Amino acid sequence: MAKAKVATTSLCGCFGCHMSLLDIDDRILKLVELVDFNKSPINDIKEFTERCTVGLIEGGCCNEENVRVLRDFRKHCDILISVGDCATMGGIPAMRNTIPLKECLDEAYLNGPTVHNPSGQIPNDPEIPLLLNRVYPCHEVVKIDYHLPGCPPSADTLWEALVALLTDKPVALPYELIKYD
Amino acid sequence: MASTKQKRVIIEPVTRVEGHGKVSILLDEKNTVTQARLHIVEFRGFERFVQGRPFWEVPVLVQRLCGICPVSHHLAAAKAMDWIVGGEKLTPTAEKMRRLMHYGQTFQSHALHFFHLASPDLLFGFDADVAIRNVIGVAAKYPDLAVQGVMMRKYGQEIIKATAGKKIHGTGAIPGGINKNLSIAERDVFLKDIDQMLTWCRGALKVAVDYTTANLATAAPFGSFDSNHLSIVRKDGSMDLYDGNLRAIDAQGKKILDQVAPQDYYKVIAEEVRPWSYMKFPFIKSIGPKDGWYRVGPLARINTCDFIDTPEAEAARKEFMKLTDGKPNNITMAYHWARMIELLHSGEKIRDLLNDKDLQGTDLVTKGDRRDEGIAIVEAPRGTLFHHYRVNKDDQVVMANLIVSTTSNNEPMNRAVQKVAQDHISGKPEITEGLLNHIEVAIRAYDPCLSCATHALGRMPLEVILVDSTGTVIDRKRK
Ligand code: SF4
Repeated sequence: MAKAKVATTSLCGCFGCHMSLLDIDDRILKLVELVDFNKSPINDIKEFTERCTVGLIEGGCCNEENVRVLRDFRKHCDILISVGDCATMGGIPAMRNTIPLKECLDEAYLNGPTVHNPSGQIPNDPEIPLLLNRVYPCHEVVKIDYHLPGCPPSADTLWEALVALLTDKPVALPYELIKYD
Repeated sequence: MASTKQKRVIIEPVTRVEGHGKVSILLDEKNTVTQARLHIVEFRGFERFVQGRPFWEVPVLVQRLCGICPVSHHLAAAKAMDWIVGGEKLTPTAEKMRRLMHYGQTFQSHALHFFHLASPDLLFGFDADVAIRNVIGVAAKYPDLAVQGVMMRKYGQEIIKATAGKKIHGTGAIPGGINKNLSIAERDVFLKDIDQMLTWCRGALKVAVDYTTANLATAAPFGSFDSNHLSIVRKDGSMDLYDGNLRAIDAQGKKILDQVAPQDYYKVIAEEVRPWSYMKFPFIKSIGPKDGWYRVGPLARINTCDFIDTPEAEAARKEFMKLTDGKPNNITMAYHWARMIELLHSGEKIRDLLNDKDLQGTDLVTKGDRRDEGIAIVEAPRGTLFHHYRVNKDDQVVMANLIVSTTSNNEPMNRAVQKVAQDHISGKPEITEGLLNHIEVAIRAYDPCLSCATHALGRMPLEVILVDSTGTVIDRKRK
């Protein structure tokens, strides 16, 4: 049987969800037998090289680059999963949604007690991507097929969900594995 | 003035370095590098949006900055909040539980970085075939080493779970203390494996030492430069990752700052804003923004401390200092060696703590006179981490200032990128994949935060696009 292809990305997240995936520990060696990783921070594949069965998304969208990457994932993956509270609901970064973006920038680059900024300039170089007015959960940008809650979802949650999907079983997670943080 | 023939080389994304990073390189028509920069392209605004939140929520909230070293943020915030509740003199059980959590995290983080990320470069070479230069390649050629990496990380993560309640984003530290102790049953599970862990630590240290000494001619100048170094040290000058006062030295070892209390950090450190990066550029105020920048992390800590208070790591430190005749070591690639000394140190500390009966104590929380300001510093795996909060009488945070470890290494990482671009890319007719990896290797030596997951199973995705001044793509290389 051909190995399933899996892609992963971190958008506006903290990488904790990817770390949780690593927390499957030695099962990672089993996972590598089950799947081939395509585009993912865990290897060097920068753009999709083939169609993927599953795409795992960590983090919501806080800048234009996040949106581009997320749309690209939708285009190349059969099943897209929002992994963790950030992808599912925006998470902690979405706490900035109630505050005008300018105030967040001013606090970081003008007002902080250790800021040294004689020109009063806020970072704005064309080399850095534009921030969105607020942080968006992934399903407000593209269609998402599954949501795995948790901050992060536990290694067991990720393992059970992936194995079910990749072996064509229904994703029926026991109650203890579905946790919001 | 920039020539119209100027070319722009973009490496994107470099990594998640407190968010996304990318490198831009400007070349003239002879491919001479005129500028090379590491840009940090993500902004989240934590300082502003924690305002209004109750202070006791902050230790669990701010760790969501980073899923790779959440314990550091969890503990730095909790230590700051100790001051708010007047509980900064913790009970022995609380302080030792927090220390165990912290050493567990340093242990897992250093193991992860070394085995999963750095070892492919060191074992196979910077220019090795892309197909094998990753952790899967390591697993195929050195299966024992790969399994050790996975199991050491697991051990550290389990310690975090036993002290914080959860492997990632736990809740163990609370203002004035901790919410659980370590049961005998939990302790015994860890004691069973600690000797194995220490053996593996010694092996990992040997890999790092052997690599550096065998390749000294190329490793010593690679992305290297003289710099100041900063960390906290204990009152007696010992390395201490959890608590202490600030010390900074210059490239020759002369003290610039010593025993500066965390509460005075803002009198000695400031952060410059530059328009081309969301990450600020910290510097020592008395020297100024131009020359006051400094390095943090394992290399800086080994350089600034007078000694390490665990015997095996101290012996390893002495060996390390011999390389530079007792002067500060300014070799960027020596970060790996320094990191492995700290891995061994964390292992020794974990062993000592596990044998300490205080961990089974039941006096977990203290309190004293309420304050409205709390400042704390810890040494995160990647370097000195500052947390500073002000709280109003309704217990709401009204001000937050965070200087995270990777921020202090912003200027050094930029210097390393410039140096490698100058030494290895400038004047070359073609940019090969191997050359790109040289830039990664230099950034990676610093183990920049959030990139660790990118690093986790090997390497950072890199793309370089050569664009002429009209925006036409001349060349595109991807790995
Ligand atoms: S859900 Fe939690 S662990 Fe996952 S990226 Fe968001 S903050 Fe990090």
